[in-house]
Amino acid sequence: MSMITTISTWIIPVIILLVLLAGTIKKVPTYETFVEGGKEGVQMAISLLPFLLGMMVSIAIFRASGAMEGLVELISPLLSKLGVPGEIVPLAAIRPISGTAALAITTDLIKTFGPDSFIGRLASTMQGSTDTTLYVLTVYFGAVGIKRMGDALKVGLLADLIGIIASIIVCTYVFSL
Amino acid sequence: MVNVIWMFLAATGIIYAMFNGTMEDVNEALFKSANEAVMLAIGLVSVLVFWLGMMRIAERAGLLRGLAKLFKPIFTRIFPEIPENHPAMGYILSNFSANLFGLGNAATPLGIKAMKEMKQLSGSTTASRSMITFLALNTSSVTLIPTTVIAIRMQQGSVSPTEIVGTTIIATTISTIGALTIDRLFYNRRVRRKQR
Repeated sequence: MSMITTISTWIIPVIILLVLLAGTIKKVPTYETFVEGGKEGVQMAISLLPFLLGMMVSIAIFRASGAMEGLVELISPLLSKLGVPGEIVPLAAIRPISGTAALAITTDLIKTFGPDSFIGRLASTMQGSTDTTLYVLTVYFGAVGIKRMGDALKVGLLADLIGIIASIIVCTYVFSL
Repeated sequence: MVNVIWMFLAATGIIYAMFNGTMEDVNEALFKSANEAVMLAIGLVSVLVFWLGMMRIAERAGLLRGLAKLFKPIFTRIFPEIPENHPAMGYILSNFSANLFGLGNAATPLGIKAMKEMKQLSGSTTASRSMITFLALNTSSVTLIPTTVIAIRMQQGSVSPTEIVGTTIIATTISTIGALTIDRLFYNRRVRRKQR
């Protein structure tokens, strides 16, 4: 535990230190190079805006209308038969769509059921082992101007599905015994 | 595909709201989320500027090339399209390492750089094979230390906030292997279609 926290807090400063030292040894003009690379970041963030905004608005409409809840109600009875707690469904459904929303749901589940409950542990595992596919896709492809995604979305969503199923199985196995 | 999903989310939401009587909520969410998107993009500026600045130094110092060389054996197999010692490989690897430590913020700019390099390789606006593989790796989320989740668990008074690290690593490993397998299957399907 303490080792992991130490690593988590040390890692970024240590990386910065190593980069700066290596740059200096290789005679790179560090500050000027930093500024030059940073300029690119400003442009990047601005060019991302329309992609982010478009996707976030669409998702917000879907959630605010109640369609999201409707979808969850539709699926959850089916899952409870398989021994999957229905309370986890909203998280599984929203995880690929919105990272912030998923984090909000995870926090809510942990708060409601307790961090050491089965649902709390399952939600924690699911949050850590899947990613926001739509966000990653939007940001990465948007930033470099990829117009045709090919199979990327299908592959990404299927990967999320595997992550969700794997979390359920692993947690059931590890924590239920 | 993304056009359909985008339209589907918004259209279903609006039609659902007609019958559900939640049109007011939709209206509110519409403008609130647009606002949030702008805030998010602005929030990204700081992270992007900082890490792209740092990465430029790392690149000039030859660190990315070194990293790429170290992991070359595994990654040339996963990304057969990318030539050895190509900068794209360095960015992919550094994105991967940032994700491993749960540094999502640091990973994003590196991922974008990797995409840029891969786009130059393919020279087209259609997603290339390596781009799809890269996304598969990213969305299956190879996280060793889920820092955010641990933080939430601590905050909510868990007896053992880090007990989910083990299950997360196992689940993440399964989903990553699964993602790479699915990616291969889809690639083979594309190849077969082209041959016909």
